[in-house]
Amino acid sequence: MSAVSHLDFDTVVVGGGLVGAAIACGIAKSGAKLAVLDGGDRDFRASRGNFGLVWVQGKGADFPAYARLSASAARQWPDFAAELLDATGVDVGLQQTGGYDFCLDADEWRARESEMRQVELHTGGEFEYRMLDNAELRKHIPEVSPQVLGASYSPEDGHVNPLYLLRALHRRLDDLGVEYRARQVVCSSSPGDGGFVVNTESHVYHCQRVVFCAGLSNERLCRDLGLHVPLRPLRGQLLITDRVPPFLPAATLQVRQTREGTLQIGDSHEDVGLDESTTLEVVTRLARRALRIFPHLAEVRLNRAWGALRVMTPDGVPVYQQSDEHPGAYAISCHSGVTLAALHSREIAGWICGEPREELVAPFTAGRFDV
Amino acid sequence: MFKLLDEAAELVEIELDGEAVSVPADVSIAAALLYLDRLPLRQSPVSGSGRAPFCLMGICFECLVEVDGLRDQRACQRKVRPGMRLRRQLLVSAESGA
Repeated sequence: MSAVSHLDFDTVVVGGGLVGAAIACGIAKSGAKLAVLDGGDRDFRASRGNFGLVWVQGKGADFPAYARLSASAARQWPDFAAELLDATGVDVGLQQTGGYDFCLDADEWRARESEMRQVELHTGGEFEYRMLDNAELRKHIPEVSPQVLGASYSPEDGHVNPLYLLRALHRRLDDLGVEYRARQVVCSSSPGDGGFVVNTESHVYHCQRVVFCAGLSNERLCRDLGLHVPLRPLRGQLLITDRVPPFLPAATLQVRQTREGTLQIGDSHEDVGLDESTTLEVVTRLARRALRIFPHLAEVRLNRAWGALRVMTPDGVPVYQQSDEHPGAYAISCHSGVTLAALHSREIAGWICGEPREELVAPFTAGRFDV
Repeated sequence: MFKLLDEAAELVEIELDGEAVSVPADVSIAAALLYLDRLPLRQSPVSGSGRAPFCLMGICFECLVEVDGLRDQRACQRKVRPGMRLRRQLLVSAESGA
């Protein structure tokens, strides 16, 4: 025998971020013996860098099933947050009082309006949204500048504290008896022993099912088991201010106020590869945009900024895929670990445990990229 | 609550909320205010609850005070200087303008 130790589990979840932890919680409830193999602190960690939005607005304009998926996941959030609070004592700070996406000029307004109309069209008018002009917008949020043209508004949207969410999910994993293992660098996986063998630098894990939720590493890790998920990083930079008196009644795509009063300013998209650094150019642009929307923030101090990498599929829509070649191996890839958390913990975990959910996952197979 | 290790330490005069006070020279503003036992240093702008220095190493942002007219300075990251004007960031103080 080699020096590495061998361990047996029913299911191994590769990845302990928001996606992996939510799915693992759901699977663990079925009583399966489960291990979560997490990365190290220096890995790319979308779950620790993200903005915390529960966001439906505008998603799936070209992909109706994704619009429905997002809405269905968002609608589960109040109940899911209550369940987490009850089970773990962690209040993730859900505020689901709608969301605003500002339009600073006529071009933005026109593009937004047509995008929203497209979602409405594709989903049979299932989603409520409104385009608010400046006067109406300022009735909702008086601090908005008179120079802002308006905003799109959807009552479905909201936000949570993503770090509290991660903490709640991990506390739940612990309570459910899941074996959490940090700094596990997965080297390879293969079918074996009537199930799967997952090799890390220090251990060999034997399991019946393996679920890859490893963010940007999924593309590389899944390949061993016949799963092909093309992924690319999309950087977002985020600014953090001092705590200020609450003035935002709801989430916005550009600025989010935490329950503690901190403002997060974000919404940049950069295709720069595996680079999570910040740049003066983008930080300046984000700050200027926030001030164009909310001039009263001019005196507020920025404390820090960071970059994080979104996990993007070619069409930006999630992948839920079981390996055709090796059933029992799953790839889960998405950039909306917060919005979709309840759905991951319930329907997707259920699907992995054998519940008949084909109708739900069928539009989200990775096969759509094979052309 | 806090005592000086060196009771013969040099003191300097600064201004706190408009009042002249003596504090040890060459310590952080946070240490000086803890020495004076003038807590809280500020109040949460959300809940109004009182706050005091916590981490003392610049990461928690709990010890924010106004220094020479500049708000939201981390008291643990700056040293006292003779004549420095400090103001606690209390919501009740009428002149804070918050």
